[in-house]
Amino acid sequence: MKLQLTIFIAKAGEIMEYTVHPLGDNAVLIELGNEISEDAHLKVQTLTAFLEKHPPDWMIEYIPAYTTVTIFYNPFEIYQLSDGELPFDFICSLIKPLMVEMGENKAMEARIVEIPVCYGGEFGPDLDYVAEHNGLTPDEVINIHSSGSYLVYMIGFAPGFPFIGGMSEQIAAPRRDTPRLKIPERTVGIAGMQTGIYPIETPGGWQLIGRTPVKLFRPMDESPTLLKAGDKIKFKPISLEEYHHWEETEQ
Amino acid sequence: MIKVLKPGLLSNIQDLGRTGYQKFGVIASGAMDPFSHRMANLLAGNEENESTLEITMMGPVLTFEQDTLISICGGDLSPSINGQPIRTWRSVFVKKGSELKFGGCKKGCRAYLAAAGGFAVPEVMNSKSTYLRAGLGGFKGRALKSGDVLETGKPSLHSLKMAEYLSKQLLHKTVAENDWGISSKLIPVYVGNPEIRITRGRQFELFSHESRVQLFNDVFEVTAQSDRMGYRLKGPSLALSELAEQISEAVNFGSIQVPPDGNPIVLLADRQTTGGYPKIGQVAAVDLPLLAQAKPGDALRFTEISNEQAQQLLIKREIELKELKQGILLKIRGGK
Repeated sequence: MKLQLTIFIAKAGEIMEYTVHPLGDNAVLIELGNEISEDAHLKVQTLTAFLEKHPPDWMIEYIPAYTTVTIFYNPFEIYQLSDGELPFDFICSLIKPLMVEMGENKAMEARIVEIPVCYGGEFGPDLDYVAEHNGLTPDEVINIHSSGSYLVYMIGFAPGFPFIGGMSEQIAAPRRDTPRLKIPERTVGIAGMQTGIYPIETPGGWQLIGRTPVKLFRPMDESPTLLKAGDKIKFKPISLEEYHHWEETEQ
Repeated sequence: MIKVLKPGLLSNIQDLGRTGYQKFGVIASGAMDPFSHRMANLLAGNEENESTLEITMMGPVLTFEQDTLISICGGDLSPSINGQPIRTWRSVFVKKGSELKFGGCKKGCRAYLAAAGGFAVPEVMNSKSTYLRAGLGGFKGRALKSGDVLETGKPSLHSLKMAEYLSKQLLHKTVAENDWGISSKLIPVYVGNPEIRITRGRQFELFSHESRVQLFNDVFEVTAQSDRMGYRLKGPSLALSELAEQISEAVNFGSIQVPPDGNPIVLLADRQTTGGYPKIGQVAAVDLPLLAQAKPGDALRFTEISNEQAQQLLIKREIELKELKQGILLKIRGGK
């Protein structure tokens, strides 16, 4: 696997703009931007890198996304520590100094991961819909999808499910109005301007265009997912024969 | 050791969930009704986070291969031992060779069976919870089947003391219940058609005026397409005032999201970690047990409370629980 380094440097001492929102009684959502962009992604990466390095003692865990980082806490423990203050208010007062402290230089690594995909057929029942929706042939959709370079903005929705940015507008397609109840593991899909891969069988509303033989969720490994936020992805079209060969060597 | 004669509809091992892995997209899982799970553990002398058997709608038939201290809390699925009904929300001492059976679903739909020492299954990613969809955790990553044998762990000193006290009450019987249980004031009232308190979701304001009014005035039915991941509800179709694709972000236990078809989905224990559908509401943590005990066909009503009220209610509940825990410990120390 090739490794490529990109470096992000925030101006020392600069405080990121952010807003806080409750997400249920045990979580605070920190919003760092209001649109999907590399800028918002770098802010999220900076905050999560900080949380990994200096986990606050009140943090149970966190969930990063495109423009937000949600931190979970135990409201009753906070209540007991805070002399009766409302837990959410107390947590907000702890986040402020954390955001100041974080405004230091941060460097991050971006890996390039190549993912083979067998497009269309029974693996990609919505390939024709995506083509038709955009006035293209299915082959043109495959060409456009596999020639792009993609950034993994976030992991979420299912174990190791990458939310990938950088897809061409030419192959964008809306989510299905009613989510499918079952989508097979390793299926590649499109939703709006996003493309992604389902690591395990799960319900979902994406348009399905192909399948990869590579496992994205490895629960027994120390890092249980193939991809992580910040990775760069390239898709490589493969034939059905190559798909079966890959799948055998993967097992 | 507990043998499974019949598995029931969906009997699976859960603790309070898999924390620390949601950043990898690994779902939290855990008991659907965390309150009943915690109570069952306390009454069996376990830590609150110990694994219990979550029993759904139609319970299993189990035989005990050794004397075991148990407790069953949550929904009333008519448990009986050797044909004799036993009470829920109690410590119960079961003699070796006894058979535990469940009957009709009288109240709620999920019961939690705790056994002293918990269930001896390996931890996967720091939790004993079953992650059904990924086939990992719990007992072999799946719900119980006939012929399975569940090993129990080492009972705590509290469990041993309770078991010793109750074993003296046995005389010629095979079962002994404690003469004290959880105060009925603390037990959630699992009525059909519950009223659920919710706060406004992050995208509440994006919904049409009509939808916002309907959310609190209309009735939503739990459909058959409901499971541990979430309840799909049927009621008035909810719509945004103008169509907008949402940016995916974290969701929580009890988040109410609305896909474009307008039928809300309440996300539960096996929810995904993030979601891209707008969230119109969020169930207050204190009412999650009521929701988890609702079954397909039940009608839900939502009442609005503020975020402050939701946290205050939760704190009140936790204070009651803390006092209850102390009460149980006093009873045990007093030899009861």
